[in-house]
Amino acid sequence: MWIALSYASWGISIVLALWMLYDWFKVDTTFSEEVLTSSREGDLEAVSEKHRI
Amino acid sequence: MTIALEPAVQEPAAQGDRVSLLRVLGPAHVWALGVGIVLVGEFTGWNFAADKGGALAALIVCWVVGLLYTSVAMIDSEVTSTVAAAGGQYAQAKHIVGPLMAFNVALFLVFAYTMLEVSDAILLGDTIVAKAGVEGLNHNAFIAATIVVLAWLNYRGVLMTLNVNFVITALAYVSIVILFFSVSPWTQGAVLKLNELVTPGNALPYGWIGVIAAFQFGIWYYLGIEGTTQAAEEVRSPARSLPYGTMAGMITLLIAAAMTWYVCASMMPWEYLGTTYYPLWDAAKLTGSPLLENLLFIATLLAALASANGCINDAARAWFSLGRDRYLPSWFAAVHPRYRTPYRSILFLLPIALAFAFIADLNQAITFSILSGVLQYTFMSINIIMFRKKWPLGSIRRGYTHPFHPLPAIVLFCLCVVTFFAIFLGFGSQLIAMVAFYFLISLWFHFYRYKFVRRGAQFTMPWPKPQGY
Repeated sequence: MWIALSYASWGISIVLALWMLYDWFKVDTTFSEEVLTSSREGDLEAVSEKHRI
Repeated sequence: MTIALEPAVQEPAAQGDRVSLLRVLGPAHVWALGVGIVLVGEFTGWNFAADKGGALAALIVCWVVGLLYTSVAMIDSEVTSTVAAAGGQYAQAKHIVGPLMAFNVALFLVFAYTMLEVSDAILLGDTIVAKAGVEGLNHNAFIAATIVVLAWLNYRGVLMTLNVNFVITALAYVSIVILFFSVSPWTQGAVLKLNELVTPGNALPYGWIGVIAAFQFGIWYYLGIEGTTQAAEEVRSPARSLPYGTMAGMITLLIAAAMTWYVCASMMPWEYLGTTYYPLWDAAKLTGSPLLENLLFIATLLAALASANGCINDAARAWFSLGRDRYLPSWFAAVHPRYRTPYRSILFLLPIALAFAFIADLNQAITFSILSGVLQYTFMSINIIMFRKKWPLGSIRRGYTHPFHPLPAIVLFCLCVVTFFAIFLGFGSQLIAMVAFYFLISLWFHFYRYKFVRRGAQFTMPWPKPQGY
């Protein structure tokens, strides 16, 4: 049973790794680099926190 | 504590929209992240303190290192409730100390969490192999599955990742409580024999220098609780959730550490306790109950999984933050438009973790993780002094204000110095090699990389000018 579990672990690892690589390729070819890297630190704070005590 | 239900998967953001991390987490997720990373230390690691200084030394460092981490939690809660950004201590260092410190702190974070993830995966693989007892069974398949499955979970979204962490961390914690009450802790002599195993003659076999040496492994009781700050950009209310989740996590861990020491020190002689890889699992075996033995075996696996899961989450966010400020190529700053996770950072760190897990020794990985952690805590003691000096109470809004300042900072700094000395006693060459590495990488950053950094845009907190500037 443990040997079978070991082979199953390799199988799951390979399938999920391939899925992530496929998704990565799909996202990178669908969206522009500007959109993907458009996140900015502190967006929420700039709107909601005015720091008036 | 409550956990939000998983919402429907977000639709891909339209071209031209800004894609950012999702604010979906609450205090329970913060608790799950912090305690999840740490709890594996109760299942293995802390007990090597007994090898360095005896069973009593393991208890002394449990409380003294608990003080160190309480200071860490209080300081972190105050600063992060104000600097609520992914990257945690990196973002704090950037705003309070400066870019070079921030770059180093981010590397401390990535190293500490990646090496801890590697250690967790090796532990999980070794535990399964030990349980199976099958000749020819190798741990590599289980290590690969641990790292890849958890990376996939992190890739798919932070809410599900930390919901899973909450459940498995709670189950592992409950197993410690069940073991504690199963051995009749109120009665000595029946199952527990503390007064026979820890006597005045063997309590501190190497004297007080043994207690100092034990600091290195006492760190394992709580290593990683500061990881809660990495969720700052994904919690719905950072000013409330981060202090609440972090402090609740610290209280939980203090209780778990005390219960763990009491059960293990009362069932195993310090010579054995200090060398086993599975103190809680062994304690369960010694009760003679197959149910408890299997429960603690499963709990050891769950604790290792929860820790590795939280470490992937935190290391990826620190790496992502470096990319976003151009401290590293901006390619790493990509957010998945559907799952809203730093997917390229997760994928980049995945083969690195796998490579270390396949080639590194467990002790080496643990030592690199502890060293990077202690370097980070030393920074935090200096950071809070500068924070209070530059922005005194009343000048900016704080979600939490820690008491007795500057006492926690001083205590933290002094205990870090003691821990460095303890690490030097056991792993002097690794300590020197690591410091040399950070020195060289700092030179690279200062003379080469810094010209690419977004110098003005990296400071995002809408604070008034610091005092004296």
